[in-house]
Amino acid sequence: MAEFNKDGLGNTLFIAITVCLVCAVFVSAANVMLKPTHAVNRELDQKENILRAAGYLEPGAEVGADGRTIPEIFKDFIVRAVDLDTGKFIDDFEQRGYDAVRMSKDPANSRALTEEEDTVTIRRRENIGLVYIKQGEKGLEKLVIPVRGYGLWGTLFGYLAIDKDLVTISGLGFYDHKETPGLGGEVDNPVWKEKWPGVKLFGADGKPSVRLVKTRSQAGSPAATHEVDALSGATFTNRGVQNLVNFWTGELGYGPLLKQLKTQS
Amino acid sequence: MASTPTAKEVVFGPVFNNNPIALQVLGLCSALAVSISMSKTLVMCVAVIFVTAMSNFAVSLIRNRIPMSIRIIVQMTVIASLVIVVDQVLKAVAYDISKSLSVFVGLIITNCIVMGRAEAFAMSNPPWISLLDGFGTAVGYSVMLIAVALIREPLGTGTLMGYPILPTVANGGWYVPNGMFLLPPIAFFIMGGFIWALRSWKSDQVEAPDYQIAANIQYRGAM
Repeated sequence: MAEFNKDGLGNTLFIAITVCLVCAVFVSAANVMLKPTHAVNRELDQKENILRAAGYLEPGAEVGADGRTIPEIFKDFIVRAVDLDTGKFIDDFEQRGYDAVRMSKDPANSRALTEEEDTVTIRRRENIGLVYIKQGEKGLEKLVIPVRGYGLWGTLFGYLAIDKDLVTISGLGFYDHKETPGLGGEVDNPVWKEKWPGVKLFGADGKPSVRLVKTRSQAGSPAATHEVDALSGATFTNRGVQNLVNFWTGELGYGPLLKQLKTQS
Repeated sequence: MASTPTAKEVVFGPVFNNNPIALQVLGLCSALAVSISMSKTLVMCVAVIFVTAMSNFAVSLIRNRIPMSIRIIVQMTVIASLVIVVDQVLKAVAYDISKSLSVFVGLIITNCIVMGRAEAFAMSNPPWISLLDGFGTAVGYSVMLIAVALIREPLGTGTLMGYPILPTVANGGWYVPNGMFLLPPIAFFIMGGFIWALRSWKSDQVEAPDYQIAANIQYRGAM
């Protein structure tokens, strides 16, 4: 037998294939073993984001004021699928694993937005969205809708919580964004988030008219009820947040659903 | 075989004498990005230590069988697999941090330090000492990263590990956060300062200049 030649063709192929196989098995095994944990984490994270936006968790706290854990509080919520064009609930919809953002990229399940419509720069909007409803003794108590839109560096993803009158905002929180830390990144600042509850969504013309402003209108005037203090040094982020709130509560977003729920109650 | 370095040399050498960032000036890209907050930095350090040590070990195990023609891609495959596993584990155990760190964890694959050690050390040394070398080098990288984060996070956001250190104006304190410390370029200045300090202390690290700057005599008449 000739002396072992590690640079020969045989050994090269052998090493290439073996290394690939071993690494593939290693990576796949890790993935398969950890997949259930990932799914649990993702779901818990989503629930936590929804509860934070709706104000059921204090900033920084992992459990509710009454000591209940996130899954326990979330049991009060029901998840419904909504046809965004008509605003009607869809029954028998498989919500588990539904990803609205992915759906919005699929032409069969979304509609393209024209340039004027697309104030939030998402290009396409999904046809079906999920909303989270907290039912109280007297019907709907809180409605949480997913919102997203472009800021300065990337898309902001968050949840907007609306009170039972379906006009007043009761919270806004983002769970993913790429805004500049310290400037636009202050959308995560709890002090700023506290400014959102109580803001009225719809103006006299029935259109969403939330505004982020540098100088507030006179207190008590109708305009002031739609205004939130803008973040300083973050013009594009402010514009993005303002647009995304108005887009997702407007005609192209969950506006039709809000109207229907209002006529029912 | 050339003389094998001792375990002590390879573990402690890279921390001050042969720091991958300060002396070799490698791995800066991730250092700029993650040193913005201490908790991200620590997770990143653990990930890099694990990947560097394990990839050195694995590459060293098969070093006598790796054909020269495909050695880089073999090292790459080993490193990439390890990084993916680290990313998966992070997603399972530290989901919050992994969300903001995922991009940078993926970039460990291209971190020059990891491949540099695999190519320069593990390819010609036995597994155990390679493992220690990877560990030591990554610790050297970590020390630098932690030092930078220790400056950047408090001055940039007024917190350390998320806990308030300097009460900021936004939260009713007195400290106005310096936004520059949150942007990547500041890490260049801080690391430059460290390299300066380190080379003043250990002057043998100063490199001989590549060329002499000639005196400017052209405009002497004007002065």
